[in-house]
Amino acid sequence: MNPVPLTWYLMLGAVVFIIGVFGFLIRRNIIMMFMSIELMLNGVNISLLALSHYMQDMRGQVLVFFVIACAGAGVAVGLALVIAAFRNKPTPHMDEMDILKG
Amino acid sequence: MLPKLFFGYFAAMITILSLLAITRKNLVHGIMWMLLLFVHIGGLYLFLNAEFIAAIQIIVYAGAILVLFLFVVLLLNVKEEFKGRRFISSWQGRGFVAAALLLGIMLVLQYAVIAPHGKYSIEYIQSETHTKVLGTVLFNEYVFPFMILALVLFVPMIAAVVLAVKGRKA
Repeated sequence: MNPVPLTWYLMLGAVVFIIGVFGFLIRRNIIMMFMSIELMLNGVNISLLALSHYMQDMRGQVLVFFVIACAGAGVAVGLALVIAAFRNKPTPHMDEMDILKG
Repeated sequence: MLPKLFFGYFAAMITILSLLAITRKNLVHGIMWMLLLFVHIGGLYLFLNAEFIAAIQIIVYAGAILVLFLFVVLLLNVKEEFKGRRFISSWQGRGFVAAALLLGIMLVLQYAVIAPHGKYSIEYIQSETHTKVLGTVLFNEYVFPFMILALVLFVPMIAAVVLAVKGRKA
């Protein structure tokens, strides 16, 4: 079997996820925030694949398949929203998009 | 020993590259670091006996999603980022929040108990080939979610076109 402990993989997944959370919190550029979300999805994918391998079960890999497909769909519609928002207010900075604020 | 060395290389590279990717001032540089990051994550997947997922990772993430990001960055004029601040002012406090979350996850991981093994051992996957096994599971147990996935991919296609074209005539 794989001589690397399962916990290492799970910790790596957690670290990647937390770096994504951190990037989402500190950056205000809308495209950077999207990239941080992708980073979070990748952290979860690492954990899912590691568990799938160590439990000898294929369901984790099927779940990763679904996650990747949904990530592609999310990015497509999200970036279309970015273009639509950019047309109204040409700034990538999220704090300046406050039209809905009362 | 050698697998641990390989894992150490990939873990270190993934951590460093993801930190580099989220802190670059120039968005294109960040995307380029992220490309390297996704290739490394794909390499890590090969260690977990997931060749098909590794290929999908390279094709979809590095080939499609990052190109979409690059396309939007180059299409829009995002030069204003260069004048403004890179981070928000209170980023240290948010760093503490993220570190606390990481600590919590690490603590929970200590108590993780692995479930009983399924039937897809390495020998079984080797004899059947990985893609075939994955396809068998996907199309036998998860047909209905797969069909919903088709809808999930179809609706954003329309939505993206509607959102991008709507304001054009004004």
